[in-house]
Amino acid sequence: MEPMAIVSIFVLAVFVGFEVVSKVSSTLHTPLMSGANAIHGVILVGAIIVADHSKTNLELGLAIAAIILATINMVGGFVVTDRMLEMFKGNKK
Amino acid sequence: MSRTLYDLIGLAAGVAFILALKGLSHPKTARRGNLIGAFGASLATLVVFFYANPGSSLPLNNLGWILGAMLIGLVIGVPAARKVQMTQMPQLVALFNGVGGGAAALVAIVEYLHLGAEATTAEVIFTVFTVIVGCVSFSGSVITFMKLQELMTTRPVIFPAGRFVIAATLASVLGVGGWVVNSLGTTPLLILAGLSLLFGVLFVLPVGGADVPIVISLLNAFTGLTVAASGYVLDSVLLIIAGTLVGASGTILTRLMAEAMGRSLFGTLFGAFTAKPQDVAAAGEERPVRSGSPDDVAILLNYARRVVIVPGFGLAVAQAQHTVRELADLMISKGIDVAYGIHPVAGRMPGHMNVLLAEANVPYDQLLEMDEVNPTFGQTDVAIVIGANDVVNPAAQTTPGCPIYGMPILEVNHAANIIFLKRSMRPGFAGIENELLYDPKTMLLFGDAKASLTKVVSALKAL
Repeated sequence: MEPMAIVSIFVLAVFVGFEVVSKVSSTLHTPLMSGANAIHGVILVGAIIVADHSKTNLELGLAIAAIILATINMVGGFVVTDRMLEMFKGNKK
Repeated sequence: MSRTLYDLIGLAAGVAFILALKGLSHPKTARRGNLIGAFGASLATLVVFFYANPGSSLPLNNLGWILGAMLIGLVIGVPAARKVQMTQMPQLVALFNGVGGGAAALVAIVEYLHLGAEATTAEVIFTVFTVIVGCVSFSGSVITFMKLQELMTTRPVIFPAGRFVIAATLASVLGVGGWVVNSLGTTPLLILAGLSLLFGVLFVLPVGGADVPIVISLLNAFTGLTVAASGYVLDSVLLIIAGTLVGASGTILTRLMAEAMGRSLFGTLFGAFTAKPQDVAAAGEERPVRSGSPDDVAILLNYARRVVIVPGFGLAVAQAQHTVRELADLMISKGIDVAYGIHPVAGRMPGHMNVLLAEANVPYDQLLEMDEVNPTFGQTDVAIVIGANDVVNPAAQTTPGCPIYGMPILEVNHAANIIFLKRSMRPGFAGIENELLYDPKTMLLFGDAKASLTKVVSALKAL
């Protein structure tokens, strides 16, 4: 990809990231952190790509370890966030 | 599947992540936001199976290994997330973040081995960045996990000449990073990974217990940036968007948390470099305290007009949220004005107490934030502090140089009477003595918070 396109995506994403969470109340700090944590679990996609083109046993072994860790991060992260937020339901005023 | 379609679906997942973070920022939409995020991540994972090698429609190589590894991850991750106790959620989040950082570092290493001499300088620089930050995030998160799980001391670990060791480690990490960029060898990369793991440990060890949540949030942002850097090397728009979003929002969140705790972000981050060996715990000599019985507490409450309940980590440990609500309801039925004073960082994580009390269906309007409740302590007859310590410690206002100095506190010392429910005289998570325990208007009720509260409830009913 064009380096300039990548830089543009990066800079715009930084501002979106700043903007979406700038007014969060302290009540939601923990679930928000946990949810963001689950989102970076998409490194799983990267782990699958490198596992696909692994040529040596060393590469494949490391890629498999990466897939296991990334799956734990992603799936566990969303499940634990949902459990935290479950506590909030049913007492809206 | 064509590359364009693949990238479009990746973009859709990126949009889902933006909506997820936005949803998570508001109480009403938070749960839906999380589900949108999970949907985006599932979509991205599903579609990569159809992408395979550019121009080919063959299934992925090593498909069996890939699916098997994902299954193992599911079998480990899902039960861990479902079974964890509320009190242990913070360390689980830390651990999940750590394994994410580790995964990013491994992905970068595999891609580096794969590209070999074909790697461009930019790719190698991003690889070096991912390996360093991913390894720091991994080992740093493991240390925060151990601190929160109390597998090791929660106090700052400071050793002689520590800051020189840390600075030297950082310098060698950067030096070896430069070596990798120049030589493109495998050995330098593995040395780099080892040194980075060491640096992560050294970076987090000097952080005191109370600052651990800030560090977890920071490492979370770090991991996001490694994912973005991997996205550059793997030519994946989705990873760049997702990683950058987490990196940016995580940085803001870290700053907000630090503000809520009255900490300077700089001080927390570079504590490792500036920390001097100090007498963290002034030797606690035996001093008299006033302890009372559940009946004494019930009598005090019965004649109060206004009571403020200050919950802390002890409430979470004892799982006493339902019992405390029972006590509050009983007091309200006796015409006593009851409110909860919620410190933003009471417990082990910001918002911990809100989550816990929400579970017991405590009405929102009884939960007062620190700024609302502090001016009312002067008119409060009894403040009941349940398993909290550092967040009510006046040392934060009166003792410059103590590790929590400058943190805003709940000013229970202005209430007419203070009741502490405590398991023991052990100091709080930050490891600092609390003068308030020795105050003449303080009464201590020792024991498990749930057992003590149950006794107070039955004593109050009998009056």
